[in-house]
Amino acid sequence: MVKSTKTAVGIAALAAFALSTVAVTPVRADDGVTPTEIVIGGTDPFSGPASAYSSIGKGSAAYFQYVNDHGGVNGRKITYKNLDDSYSPPQTVQLTRQLVEDDKVFAIFGSLGTGPNTAIRPYLNQKGVPQLFIASGASKWGNEVAQYPWTIGWEPDYESEAVIYARNILKEKPNSKIAIIYQNDDFGNDYLRGLTRGLGSHASMIVKQASYEVTDPDVSSQIASLKASGADTLMIFATPKFAIQSMVATAQQGWKPQIYLSNVSISEAIMHAATKVGGADATNGIISTQFVKDPGDPKNANDPGYKLYKEIMDKYIPTGTLSDGNYLVGMAFAYTMVDVLQRCGKDVTRANVMKMADSLNEVNPFAYPGILVSTSATNHFPMTSAALVRYDNGRFIPTGALIDARAIIKAEK
Amino acid sequence: MKTNRLVLFGVVAIVIAIFPAFVPSYVSFEFTYVAAYAIAILGLIVLTGKNGQISLGHGAFLAIGGYTVAILATKAGVPFWIGIPLAGIVSGIIGIGIGLVALRLEGVYLALATFAMAVSVPSLLKRFTDLTGGSGGLVLDPVTPPSWLPIDSERFFYYVAWAIAGVLIVFTAVLLEGRVGRALRAIRDNEVAASSFGVNPYFYKTLAFSWSAVYAGIAGALAAIPTAFVSPDTYNFNLSVTVLIGAVLGGLESLWGALLGALVIEFLPLWAQKINAAAPSVVYGVALIAVMLTMPGGIAGGLIRLFHRREPKADARAVGPVVAVPVQHSSE
Repeated sequence: MVKSTKTAVGIAALAAFALSTVAVTPVRADDGVTPTEIVIGGTDPFSGPASAYSSIGKGSAAYFQYVNDHGGVNGRKITYKNLDDSYSPPQTVQLTRQLVEDDKVFAIFGSLGTGPNTAIRPYLNQKGVPQLFIASGASKWGNEVAQYPWTIGWEPDYESEAVIYARNILKEKPNSKIAIIYQNDDFGNDYLRGLTRGLGSHASMIVKQASYEVTDPDVSSQIASLKASGADTLMIFATPKFAIQSMVATAQQGWKPQIYLSNVSISEAIMHAATKVGGADATNGIISTQFVKDPGDPKNANDPGYKLYKEIMDKYIPTGTLSDGNYLVGMAFAYTMVDVLQRCGKDVTRANVMKMADSLNEVNPFAYPGILVSTSATNHFPMTSAALVRYDNGRFIPTGALIDARAIIKAEK
Repeated sequence: MKTNRLVLFGVVAIVIAIFPAFVPSYVSFEFTYVAAYAIAILGLIVLTGKNGQISLGHGAFLAIGGYTVAILATKAGVPFWIGIPLAGIVSGIIGIGIGLVALRLEGVYLALATFAMAVSVPSLLKRFTDLTGGSGGLVLDPVTPPSWLPIDSERFFYYVAWAIAGVLIVFTAVLLEGRVGRALRAIRDNEVAASSFGVNPYFYKTLAFSWSAVYAGIAGALAAIPTAFVSPDTYNFNLSVTVLIGAVLGGLESLWGALLGALVIEFLPLWAQKINAAAPSVVYGVALIAVMLTMPGGIAGGLIRLFHRREPKADARAVGPVVAVPVQHSSE
């Protein structure tokens, strides 16, 4: 046994030396682009705990199909390879390497999740592969642009969103006493930081904050302790399940604060669930933000962006729920991707795509009216504005002008 | 029989050694995970296959290993070749603690207790933010090969992982062949009879548990380093199930099951996506059922049975039902 092990180790060593002659093939700058095709790739959680978000990827795929059926981009068809990573970062890493090195994709587009994208970011930046329009609102995609210039997000980041709430509070009710419930992770901490930043010297308005873990069964005890603080304003920085619990618990405990609710938790299904259990009082008057058009809003019926959305849904995702805003978000991402490729013209190289992604000034038909998608080489926050909306009997109604959070943050610096 | 095994081992070792020369580096990268999975499954073969204890929670030990190496590297700059053995040691020590508890539990009760362990790990990892980076996890620096080795980092770490896997496979085979292996199997088959022959079941059951924990810890470290990122999302309950599926599919009776099972859990999900992108989990599930129906002893068991059929002289002892404790122990 020992002898044969020695032999095996010897052979292994020999083979290792033999390998010394194997050259490392560099990735060519224009992988994935032929005169007729552009191949892009990404990962989405089609299975596993976050699978509800996969309609974003499906929406993007449908939009690319639509573009291909209308002649493609400057004569090239887009092939979008979207793989299932079950929201597991090691899976994301392996699949992304496979996409880049085997499928030879031109760029990674719309991969979903903060953790999965954090895991692939160093690799893609080292290889010089664009990591475009990430489906995650973490502020780090924009904040760390100097270190990771090949990475860019899309949606308004959570930090910006909270700045908008802070400014609204200072304007509407400057004497508020603020209580916060937040998810104890990067997501929740982004919101906390943004709120404190937006309140500036008035940060002492925050009288109490309580956190929860995603594994917690319930948040009603946190709500009770926040209520006991005597606050009159409640910030719910929570993902859907806990947002519903928070709204319901607040109503059931007879507490009537002004509620601000994180944008990730304002879909029709969530608001209906909270209203059903907690009553109309649980949801009416809640303030949040929007950055895309609400597909559930009947007022949008004649809007060209909504019509395009409906046309694509009817043709390519006939079984999808029209009011599921995530499909529309996916199409909005894809619209920006196509816009960037279009502006590349004949020069579809990775460097040029980044140049175009760094010089966006786009009116996206799916975005909330008036919000521009705009970037520069140093600004990787494509969306910095959002509209404040208020929930009123089954619908979020816009309450005023757009607020540009990054402009506020910049002005403070 | 014994020479055959050595020849087979030698052939597999050679194939593994020259493999990276013929494939692109991302394939070497994927096979690094196969090595990690194989080590984790090897631990489960010792624990479940040889000793009859069922763990639904080995993902927790992978987490301990992964986080040990990540914390040491990011907070103290400890290089991976020190971090990997330390990951095994830390995981093994925690394994002794849990193994002592496991002594009091059997069968499904042990499975449930380990299940709880796997479920609680992600939220525990979020608690100690200063150490673990909370839900944001920890980003590691990529491994770079020593400058005198002219291979890329993917292939370099492939060799590191497979060298460790090779050593552990040989070490396990030698130990299982001898007194320790006999004691483990005797306890699995009949604990009362075993102890009446002077085998201390407490000692050996705890040993099996921490032994498998050491392997899972090393596996966790080997998987975390190429990923260069650890986060609570990495170590969800699915991981524990995946590793157990790998052990059952590969075959709990033979050490070759570790290699085969690792190949299956690494590549079956990818393959399922290629077959049907719309419903990969359906393809995955059907493939699992098909293997279990045709090869109840796992793939290794199925191959052994095939081999024995061709050689009627050899003792064709059936490979027992998997997970349920086999009544008879088969030849190695």
